[in-house]
Amino acid sequence: MIETRQLEKTFKNGDVLTPVLKGIDFKVREGEWIAIMGRSGAGKSTFLYQISLLDDPTKGEVIIDGHDTHTMTAQEKMNFRLSKFGFVFQDYALLPELTALENVALPLLMQGLGKAEGYAIAKKELERAGLGARINSIPSRLSGGEQQRVSIVRAVAHRPKVLFADEPTANLDNDSSRRIMEIFTELHRAGQTLIMVTHEEQYAKLAGRIVHLDDGKIVGTTG
Amino acid sequence: MFSPLNIRLGFFLAIRALRRASLWTTGLIIFVMVLTFLNLVVVSGILVGLIQGAVDAVRVSYTGDVIVTPLNDKNYIENSANLIALVKTLNEVDVLSARYREGGILEANYKTRKEGDKANTAAGQIVGIDPADEQALTGIADGIVEGSFLTEGDYDQVVLGHYLLKQYLPIESPAFSTLENVGIGSKIRLKVGNVTREVTVKGIIKTKVDEVSLSVFMVDSQMRSLIGRSDGNVDEIAMKLKPGVEPASVRDTLKRSGVDRYAKVQTYEDAQPQFLKDIIETFNLLGNVFSSIGLVVASITIFIVIFINALTRRKYIGILKGIGIDGKAIEFSYVFQSIFYALLGSVIGLVLVYAILVPMFAAHPIDFPFSDGILVAPLDQTLFRVGLLVFSTLIAGYIPAWMIIRKNTLDSILGRN
Repeated sequence: MIETRQLEKTFKNGDVLTPVLKGIDFKVREGEWIAIMGRSGAGKSTFLYQISLLDDPTKGEVIIDGHDTHTMTAQEKMNFRLSKFGFVFQDYALLPELTALENVALPLLMQGLGKAEGYAIAKKELERAGLGARINSIPSRLSGGEQQRVSIVRAVAHRPKVLFADEPTANLDNDSSRRIMEIFTELHRAGQTLIMVTHEEQYAKLAGRIVHLDDGKIVGTTG
Repeated sequence: MFSPLNIRLGFFLAIRALRRASLWTTGLIIFVMVLTFLNLVVVSGILVGLIQGAVDAVRVSYTGDVIVTPLNDKNYIENSANLIALVKTLNEVDVLSARYREGGILEANYKTRKEGDKANTAAGQIVGIDPADEQALTGIADGIVEGSFLTEGDYDQVVLGHYLLKQYLPIESPAFSTLENVGIGSKIRLKVGNVTREVTVKGIIKTKVDEVSLSVFMVDSQMRSLIGRSDGNVDEIAMKLKPGVEPASVRDTLKRSGVDRYAKVQTYEDAQPQFLKDIIETFNLLGNVFSSIGLVVASITIFIVIFINALTRRKYIGILKGIGIDGKAIEFSYVFQSIFYALLGSVIGLVLVYAILVPMFAAHPIDFPFSDGILVAPLDQTLFRVGLLVFSTLIAGYIPAWMIIRKNTLDSILGRN
């Protein structure tokens, strides 16, 4: 489903070149839950950004469903992300002026759904996530755990092929983190492909496969 | 790119951004827009209004809506009696005043002047009028500041325009002389052609119209005998039209009747001196310059506001793009916000201008020596300026949004430069 071949990413700051990813070969099968682990600066998030088409690699290939993404325009990548991917960020990344309902409905509206239909789906998904009472709250009125749950609902409401999560529990307390992981587990059971960056081993163990990164390379795979 | 979906989504985002924005910030931006609107409309409106006030005053106090004067090579309007009869048959004409007008010399204090003293004289226009007709046309008696106005039987009595009197126009100029120590009841000599007559000052009239302020008014019957005109021909026929009647239509009717063969027929606008038209044009130009500066300031304000807004929201813009929202939809949201600020500012400005300022200036004009300054704000021109303001604001809102949105998505999300 997603495959990388000799993926490299080097950051340039003036004349200084900093290689972060150094030739990664990687494959994800449909329905898999993969946890990417590694110490700080290992390149976990950078790797996630490359395979989720948020960033362009310096070298190598990212192939998704047989498409070589190297040849895609920025607009095509944006459309791809909109229709096929879902994103959960560490800091929830909800738009502060939109209610929970509007935050979830936004990508649905962008996909061309009418307002009534988009809102209906968003409401149903929020209720399913136990947020039925908070649909009209703006993010600042929600707890961190609630915000992250809204963020997950937003990421999956349009039924993406792959859900990317970048340290989704990093800012949450234990209870909220466990709740998030329960949601991920439910999604995985329902067949959702999940790629998650985390530094918490207890949550990584929930994934079917753990990929260990160090110094820009895959140094081991568990599961 | 300009798809209905992007526009719809841009509107969706804009409405929510505005609804949940800080009231103070929104209020401040709209306040700047209102000031800009006022700068666009009021500054030039007052400049033009100064002159328009003068034009209106001349219309009210002298020319009326339509004025008939002698042809350039004639001393008076020939066939005046028939012309007056014709004008009286026109339904559109409300009132008319036929005037006699001759240049003359006024002399005061001639009885006490010693041998070798300089004569106390002034030059002015001697105007013969029917007091009732003139009052109906111009309300001339309302301008009396001392004494009283003429009545039909006032023989050897005159009303002086205030520019002829030193106490009202205290300037020392060899080119312009005024009468000293003359007031109500003073005897003065009037010299018109070879005829000199002693008259008594019955009233002093003060207006901002030179044609009145530099004139000496007397009843028409005496004026006729003074200038020796017994054929009924007059020098001016001014007419006021009924409300709603276009002066040009009456002018054209008179011309079609052949009046222009023996007299000059003009609307009050036609009769404006060229220098007045030039001043109006110049003031319009000046107003446009000031307006343009205001427009640039407003554009820069909106640019800064939107730029700071977009910059502080760069992370969210990155997230929006990250989850697949088209950058154009985000640009549209900023454009819609800018349009909202400009439109609301303009609407408040329109209400201020038309509900408060225009009536206020009309009721309490700015007191200038040459006119009562009013605020001129024709609706079509004002709406054009609203369009200009909205357009420039739209551009000023779009550019910073475009600058931020075109940045790399991931850099925006991570706050990298």
